[in-house]
Amino acid sequence: MTTLTKTEGEKAPGGPEAFLSVRDLRVRFSTEDGIVKAVDGLSFDVERGKTLGIVGESGSGKSVTNLTVLGLHNPKTATVEGEIVLDGKELVTATEKEMEKLRGNKVAMIFQDPLTALSPYYTVGRQIAEPFMKHTGASKKEAKLRAIEMLDKVGIPQPAMRFEDYPHQFSGGMRQRAMIAMSLICNPDLLIADEPTTALDVTVQAQILDLLKDLQQEFGSAIIFITHDLGVISKMADDLLVMYSGRAVERGSVREVLRAPQHPYTWGLLSSMPRLGGDTAQALTPIPGTPPSLLNPPSGCPFHPRCGFTAEVGGNRCSGERPELPAGRGAACHLDDEQKSTFFIEQIKPRLG
Amino acid sequence: MSDKLTLPKPQGPVDGAAETLLSVEGLTKHFPIYGGFPIKRKVGAVQAVDGVDLSVGVGESVGLVGESGCGKSTTGRLITRLLEPTAGKITYAGQDISHASRRQLAPVRSEIQMIFQDPYSSLNPRQTVGTIIKSPMEVNGINPKGGIEKRVRELLELVGLNPEHYNRFPHEFSGGQRQRIGVARALSLNPKLIVADEPVSALDVSIQAQVVNLLQKVQEEMGIAFLFIAHDLAIVRHFSQRLAVMYLGKVVEVGDRDSIYNRPRHPYTHALLSAVPEVTLDDETEDRERIRLSGDVPSPIHPPSGCRFRTRCWKAQDKCATTEPPLVQISGNSANHLTACHFPEDPTTEARAEDIVLDPALAALEKEGE
Repeated sequence: MTTLTKTEGEKAPGGPEAFLSVRDLRVRFSTEDGIVKAVDGLSFDVERGKTLGIVGESGSGKSVTNLTVLGLHNPKTATVEGEIVLDGKELVTATEKEMEKLRGNKVAMIFQDPLTALSPYYTVGRQIAEPFMKHTGASKKEAKLRAIEMLDKVGIPQPAMRFEDYPHQFSGGMRQRAMIAMSLICNPDLLIADEPTTALDVTVQAQILDLLKDLQQEFGSAIIFITHDLGVISKMADDLLVMYSGRAVERGSVREVLRAPQHPYTWGLLSSMPRLGGDTAQALTPIPGTPPSLLNPPSGCPFHPRCGFTAEVGGNRCSGERPELPAGRGAACHLDDEQKSTFFIEQIKPRLG
Repeated sequence: MSDKLTLPKPQGPVDGAAETLLSVEGLTKHFPIYGGFPIKRKVGAVQAVDGVDLSVGVGESVGLVGESGCGKSTTGRLITRLLEPTAGKITYAGQDISHASRRQLAPVRSEIQMIFQDPYSSLNPRQTVGTIIKSPMEVNGINPKGGIEKRVRELLELVGLNPEHYNRFPHEFSGGQRQRIGVARALSLNPKLIVADEPVSALDVSIQAQVVNLLQKVQEEMGIAFLFIAHDLAIVRHFSQRLAVMYLGKVVEVGDRDSIYNRPRHPYTHALLSAVPEVTLDDETEDRERIRLSGDVPSPIHPPSGCRFRTRCWKAQDKCATTEPPLVQISGNSANHLTACHFPEDPTTEARAEDIVLDPALAALEKEGE
């Protein structure tokens, strides 16, 4: 099949054309209580071979965005507007058949909980081999060899024997490795990892992160890495998107966003995290309040009820006017650039230790 | 009873000289495995906890960390006597409670309370918040001044919830608020010791800090001792004065916070600390060491002989397989810092000359890359 071997000429050096580009994506679910605006006007790009990190609290729309990219939302209850262009192909209007050809082939996903994402009824090997057989038309024998090769690649000992095992015979870290093997078996160009290490211990998490990074170098896939852990993101991603209440509130390279964050929500995230080298005598600074309901999102800037800097903006701009996220590096906030940098350096940075 | 709530206890900072509230010696819990046909026999045992020594001073907060399956939750459940220990001794305030009967335990139970990990499954969905918080008082026949309801409202206010929400049901609250209800329930009996089993790991990052601050306030203002069980090393460091690291049913290292985090001696503690991903804010921040362990924790049904960590340890030698290292003070360590290792690490966490990578897949990939 043509999709299996990537054409060499395509990866033009320095060509920053986006491999996946999402423009003004809106996803709404109609529920009994009203319409939930899970994603509300989101735009981002992912380049080949790069990793985009998406951080945000639960309910900020990070998972919904990526399920929509894969077309895994329920078409009966969800309405999707906007544009998702993958390698020149429009996905929002694509038919189910076209999506099926993409899933597991060009785009693959790693889920958070490997125990529920793997079927307990089939052997691990069969589940890994299935997408390969489906997309390349390989025979059972070829698929088995390929699956064993992948199991070996992700560091499962005695892969030929383990091929016949069921998911319950694997430990948590091994299941996640099996999931990675499954998602990489067709050499996908885009890999979506939705909190792939949240359910794992720190030692295993470090193994999986290293493995993903090394495999990315080998396969050259683009990765969208969703997590709520800023520490993990700082190790994995090249670019970072901070989401809040279905919108992107800050965007930039990982270095820029983590070292000179501009949005009060990002400040809040950073200062509410205890650090190994931090001052233990100092209390943590949590973000007050709770994430907003997506049924009735606050007017204006969705973060204003929890923000400590609304007085600095003056008037009721924060509650009345929705700040726009500038293209490229920037934050969706009414504070001006000078305020952003002085507040961060004077008030936030000292707390981070 | 109720005015105890705002009374800061006069205990000073814990310097190891504080009075011991709870001490545990050689605590062991083996869960039997039955098998065979037609007569079921005991064919083995899951050695969940195997000889744990631990002590918690009055008003002190002790952290218990380790990977999943290392027995930290079982230890917590043994201390609250939700489980009966197979062997060993639990002494609470001078009283041996390791095999105490229900009746003997009754007065102790109200002083040892628990906060659970999952705020969604640890609250009864069919009871109102008021009922949930007041039932421990009713069960123990406590009638505080001004009535039970007044006390419940006080508790709700203390944990940062609106006292008007007395009649609401748990589903009307968010995860962080539910965890606060759990804290209020634990506080309703004026406990002296709270066993908190992963109290914040199910919460969002911004909410975690709120709950950690609440627990810290409770601990400092009311002088309650905490056994804080968690796998997040940064949060444990923030919360606990002392720390015990568990691996496969045993304590491998125990000591004061600064001693453990700045000068860890056990290879496992080194590996755990080096695995924590951290945001680096400055370019100057020195790289921390990088150790990648291979595989997972071995099965507690057949734990490795000798030192249990030897199957994943890069320093293991023959001696490790034959002799189990005792938990002792190693030369160069402070008095309260005990380590169970034959070949302890240098007391530093700075980057070493070469990374230690034990993961076969990573090792292969790195070799290819060269």
